[in-house]
Parts: sequence; structure tokens; C-alpha cells
Amino acid sequence: MNHLSDEQLTDAYYGEPSGHLETCEECRGRLAHLRQLLDAFHEFPIPRRAAGHGAEMWTRVLAKLPAERPKNGWLRWWVLAPAFASLLLIAFFAGRLSQVTRPPQLQGISETARERVLLMSLSDHLERSQIVLANVANAEPGSADLANERDRARELLGANRLLRQTAARLGDETDAALLEELERVLLDVANSPDLAQTQRQIDREGLLFKVRVTSVSSRERGEKL
Amino acid sequence: MTVCQIGCIKSSRMEWTDAEAAAEARLGNRQAFRVLVERHTAALFRLAFLMSANEHDAEDLVQETFLRAYKHFHRFDASKAAVGTWLNRICVNCSLNLIRARKNRREEAPPDEPELNWLEQVAAPAPTPERLTQSGQIGTMLGPALNMLTEAERTAFILRHYEGSPMDEIARTLGLKTGAAKQTVFRAVQKLRAALEPAWGGVRR
Repeated sequence: MNHLSDEQLTDAYYGEPSGHLETCEECRGRLAHLRQLLDAFHEFPIPRRAAGHGAEMWTRVLAKLPAERPKNGWLRWWVLAPAFASLLLIAFFAGRLSQVTRPPQLQGISETARERVLLMSLSDHLERSQIVLANVANAEPGSADLANERDRARELLGANRLLRQTAARLGDETDAALLEELERVLLDVANSPDLAQTQRQIDREGLLFKVRVTSVSSRERGEKL
Repeated sequence: MTVCQIGCIKSSRMEWTDAEAAAEARLGNRQAFRVLVERHTAALFRLAFLMSANEHDAEDLVQETFLRAYKHFHRFDASKAAVGTWLNRICVNCSLNLIRARKNRREEAPPDEPELNWLEQVAAPAPTPERLTQSGQIGTMLGPALNMLTEAERTAFILRHYEGSPMDEIARTLGLKTGAAKQTVFRAVQKLRAALEPAWGGVRR
């Protein structure tokens, strides 16, 4: 009887059918031995990653993607985004003030829509802040040119203040506290010459993590509305 | 209905299938690209770690894979491969570049410590198979055994063994004919057997 070659045994291990194996005990034994050896490679230890690994990777990738091409050269996203956020917030306040005169059945609908807008604005704002914070946190002391991050932090400050005030007014203490912390760090990024101190502040307060979690949860809450 | 329209009526972007997200990402939709990043990071990290055998390198390789994918998404052809397969291929190419760069650096740098002879290490007669099994040390031999393989053998083995890739896909990734890719997998298996069997012996678990 011609036994299987090592190559045929390897093929059989990887699932190629072999009629010979049904009748030959010796080849079945050789295959079992090969299986023991190769199966051990499935125990090769792969480092574990947290559940949010994909979201974390997105933050890293997003920070390195080229800026989206603006339709007009001078209208860059970091100029438009805070302005747009401010407009949304103004619309939000205007809506709240005019609520009193509306029929009750319309109040519920507009309230939901406004809450959705607010949550999505908050999530977008936190996502942009996260990119700035990540770039600052990972910058090499002394060698990095952080002019872009400083500009972006300045642009984000306006929207941050409005969002913080709105959260405080609506009694959302958790979001208001986070935005207050974020505002302090954004101020430092924008103005402080001491990069190491700003990095320590980001690290000490676990700000990146809190910003990421709140950004994701706000978006999810907004999408559910 | 276009893919975009399908995407727009989904209540959440995470409901996009890979094909829908890839079609949108190809048009420059970053949210669609984000879906792919969040969905494929874990699998790519595993592949990158197996290829590079280094946790930090694996993180960088996954990031580089996505950046390249974004840059070259116009080249992705859904009729030829699933997006996961395409990303795997990019990840393998990035890993091979890293391995080659490491090799060049080693060749350029003056040797400050003797090279480890993996074959001697894994085939050392001192510990008995029973002892190795009991202490779980056989697990520690797998990495060095994989490091003995050539670039092509390591890639072919990882794709076949861990990813379950079919031979024609491995052949495409390595730029070989299917028969040659099959031979490469076989050579890898033979080398791993030669490295591990002296220590493994007749161990039955």
C-alpha cells in the first residue's frame, strides 16, 4: 500500500479530502501526530485588547488622514465647525424660548429634535477635541510644531463654552463638568508654552478617555432619538 | 437604490455591511471608512502581531494599513475580493516592509550580542517533553519556531493556518502561482515540524 506523502498529509490537515485515510490506520496516526503539533500554534498568545480598540484606532487613523478638501480655500473645517455648532446652539435656545407659545403636542417633537441636535453637536465637538488632545499628548517634547493644534484649540474654545453653559443650564452636571475640564486643557493647549505640563494635565485627568467615552455615548444617544 | 441611499436609510452606520461601507468609503465617506476601521481592527491586529511578533509594531502596522487603504481605496475592486481580504493583503505587505527594514537595520548595525540560534534553542535536549508540557514552555517555543521561517513561508503559513485563506488568495498575496504557494506552505510546515518535533517527541495531550 502506498502511504500518503508528508505534503499530502499537510493538505489533509488543511481540509483536502483523502480517501486513503479512511482505510489506512498508519496514515491516520501520522495525521493525528501532525495535528497535535500544528494545533499547538493556535495557542500562540496574542495580546488582548480592550473593547474600544477599534474606536481608539479610528482616533489614531483620523488624526493622520489628510484634511478633507474644503469647497472654498479659506473656509476650513475648523473654522466652519465651531461657527456651525454656534448656529445650532442659537437655534436650540431660540427653540426653547419660543416653546411656551406652541401647542403641547408640538413641544414633544421639537424637544426631541433639539436634543438630538445638541447630542450630535456635543459628540462632534468632543471628537474634534479628542484629535487635538491626542496630537498634543503624543507630541515629542521640544521637537513638535504644535501651531496647528493651538489654532484648533482656540477655535474649539468658543463652541466648548456654549456647550458647557447649555449643559449646566439643562442640569447635565456630568457633561458640564467634563466640558469645564476640557476647556481648561484647551486653554492651556492654545496659550501655555509648557507642553510637558499640558501633557501631564491630559494624562492626570484621564481626559482623553473621558472625552472618547462621552463622544461615543452622546452619538449613540443622539442616533437613538 | 444606490448604496448611498441604502446607507442613508440605515438607522445606524454600524448596520452597514462591509460591502456597503466599502462602496461608500470609496466615494470618500469618512463615516463609512470609520465603520471599516472599527470593524476590522481586531482581526488586523492579530494578523499584524503574528507577522511582526511585536505588540507595538502590530499597532503601527494596523494604523498604516488603514492609512494606505484610505489613500488607495479607488483601487479596491469589490468584484475581486472582500474588503477584509483586501485589508489583510495590505497588512501583510506593510508587515513584510517592516520585516525587511528590521533585517536591513540588523545587517547595518555592528553585532553587540551573539545571534540566537533558534533551532538549537527549540531543539535543545535538556528539558524533557513531559517537563515542557507540564510547565507550558512549549508555548514559548512557537514564536522562535515561526521566526525561523523565511518571509514568504511565514506569510503563507500565517494566512493558511490562522486566517484560513484559500491557496489562490495566498498565491495572489505573495505574487506566486497557486502550486508554488502550496509548496511554500508545505515547506513552512516541514520546518516547523523539524524545529519542534525533537522537543515535542511523542507527547500526547
